[in-house]
Amino acid sequence: MDLSAYLILAAIVFTIGVAGIILNHKNIIIILMSVELILLSANINLVAFSTYAGDLTGQAFALFVLTVAAAEAAIGLAILVAYFRNRGSIAVEDINSLKG
Amino acid sequence: MQDQAVFFWIFATVLVGSALAVISARNPVHSVLFLILAFVNAAGLFLLMGAEFLAMILVVVYVGAVAVLFLFIVMLLDVDFARMKQGFVQYLPLGILIAFCVAAELVYVESRWAIAPDRAGPATPSGTLSNTAALGQVLYTRYFYFFQAAGMILLTAMIGAIVITLHHKAGVKRQDVGAQVARTPKASVELRKVPTRAGI
Repeated sequence: MDLSAYLILAAIVFTIGVAGIILNHKNIIIILMSVELILLSANINLVAFSTYAGDLTGQAFALFVLTVAAAEAAIGLAILVAYFRNRGSIAVEDINSLKG
Repeated sequence: MQDQAVFFWIFATVLVGSALAVISARNPVHSVLFLILAFVNAAGLFLLMGAEFLAMILVVVYVGAVAVLFLFIVMLLDVDFARMKQGFVQYLPLGILIAFCVAAELVYVESRWAIAPDRAGPATPSGTLSNTAALGQVLYTRYFYFFQAAGMILLTAMIGAIVITLHHKAGVKRQDVGAQVARTPKASVELRKVPTRAGI
């Protein structure tokens, strides 16, 4: 398969991730999953470019993106657990205590 | 080459389908399971592209750790998911519109774009090394500091997650090693002279 097939696939997955954030704007867990989808599409792009340019830099960068995504998921879910323990709800519309 | 195209279409179709299922599933547990399916198919695509190491890392890290973490959280938190689903239909036209615009722009840009022919080549520069060995060679030399920084990020995330979620329940007796070690015989033992037939 040529490069543009992979790039278009990554664009579609990215778009699905963005649409997921808009559609599930009340459910923060689905929002985090959509962010994971977006990062996955970025990784597909990086690996596709790396393969077709014959340069391993893209794959090394994809590895770092993976690291940051794992760290982000761990911290985000930890914050969710702590928030749920304190407030009893993680609905996005209930998270308004900074509004004043 | 023909096989590669067939597998590309299989993986790509299942990836897009499961990604759609992630954002539209009614039950968040199903969303997580579809996310796992999407990751596995992305790993298949990475294999097709010759990035074997990243494919395995994707399965191990994403499927084995991140997605299972999501599964734990979804099952752990007793959340009213029906209420969170309420705005879905209301925002559907807006979401589809924005998604269509973004997708059209990206696909338009990427279909009109080509890599310079002299830059195209195999993923493994030397051709004799495996992908993992070649990646290790650049990772531990040229990108050594970035590699160390990635380790520091993971350490920070680990400590942060533990500190955020750790909480001590009030009223639970705990062992305090410092207090135990700091105790002296003088402070804890009292000698009394007991008078005969009088008691204390």
